Amino acid sequence: MRFAIPIVVFLLLVVVFSFGLFNDPRELPSPFLGEQAPTFEVASLTEPERIVGSADYSGKMALVNVWATWCGGCRQEHGFLMQLARSGAIPIYGINWRDNREEALRWLQQLGDPYEFSAFDADGRVGIDWGVYGAPETFLISPDGIVLHKHLGPLNAAIWQEDFVPLIDAGEPSS
Amino acid sequence: MRPLIACALLFAMASAALAIDTDKAFDDPELQARYEHIIEEVRCLKCQNQSIKDSNAFLAGDLRREIRRMLGEGKTDDEIYDFLVARYGEFALYRPRMSGKTLVLWIAPIALLLAGGFVLVNILRRRMAMPMEGDAAAEE
Repeated sequence: MRFAIPIVVFLLLVVVFSFGLFNDPRELPSPFLGEQAPTFEVASLTEPERIVGSADYSGKMALVNVWATWCGGCRQEHGFLMQLARSGAIPIYGINWRDNREEALRWLQQLGDPYEFSAFDADGRVGIDWGVYGAPETFLISPDGIVLHKHLGPLNAAIWQEDFVPLIDAGEPSS
Repeated sequence: MRPLIACALLFAMASAALAIDTDKAFDDPELQARYEHIIEEVRCLKCQNQSIKDSNAFLAGDLRREIRRMLGEGKTDDEIYDFLVARYGEFALYRPRMSGKTLVLWIAPIALLLAGGFVLVNILRRRMAMPMEGDAAAEE
């Protein structure tokens, strides 16, 4: 009986630590979740004279994908984004973050362009406004401009089915 | 002699690698001091155990640039921290501000210390109350 309290304390610590162990510290909750998404207005990657921005997708469910040619995870998810774009499930808008224009254009030419447009965020200012800290990052934006979900890291069909599809169907923010 | 020179060279190069953000941002020493203080308080989210002062990740560079811009525009330190927290969350600050979400971070150490002190006092009291040659089993 004398060991009851230490054992309970020990077990509680085990629970706390195992929670911490399986929690990825790099995955930070976005402060925008359930809030109005940040806006942007910059030149398009493919047509430098054209100004594109968040106004272009207001009123519809949209996916905003932050990508760059230097980002390995972006190459990994590119095939899935192409597939998603072809399925017509949802329009995808790119933010080409801290990239080189020629290389980014070559990337789209070689791998295909799943984006309605890609905003060219050369100096990373749009990225900062969106709280981006590691590409790829993908935001699901509701028709009234609320961030329903944010995914960090490469997307794939399984993650899409599990985390995005139910939200798109329901239109509610993820917890 | 050669190894000595090589060593000296190595040390010379190592000291150059210490400072990431060497450019003086402001002529005004007061602004410069505020700038240096803020960049020490902000976490580099790409490389989480470094401040943006110590990191050469491009994100840290971008954040330093934004902070320089805001200081130049006459923003207060709090406005700058608000800017960062609004985008990256309290995690961006090494010393998160006290709020509903971060309350437990601030209270937990004090609460644990008090709990520990309470247990210690209790044990000491019990020991003092024990007869010098008595058997502990009688207490159970």
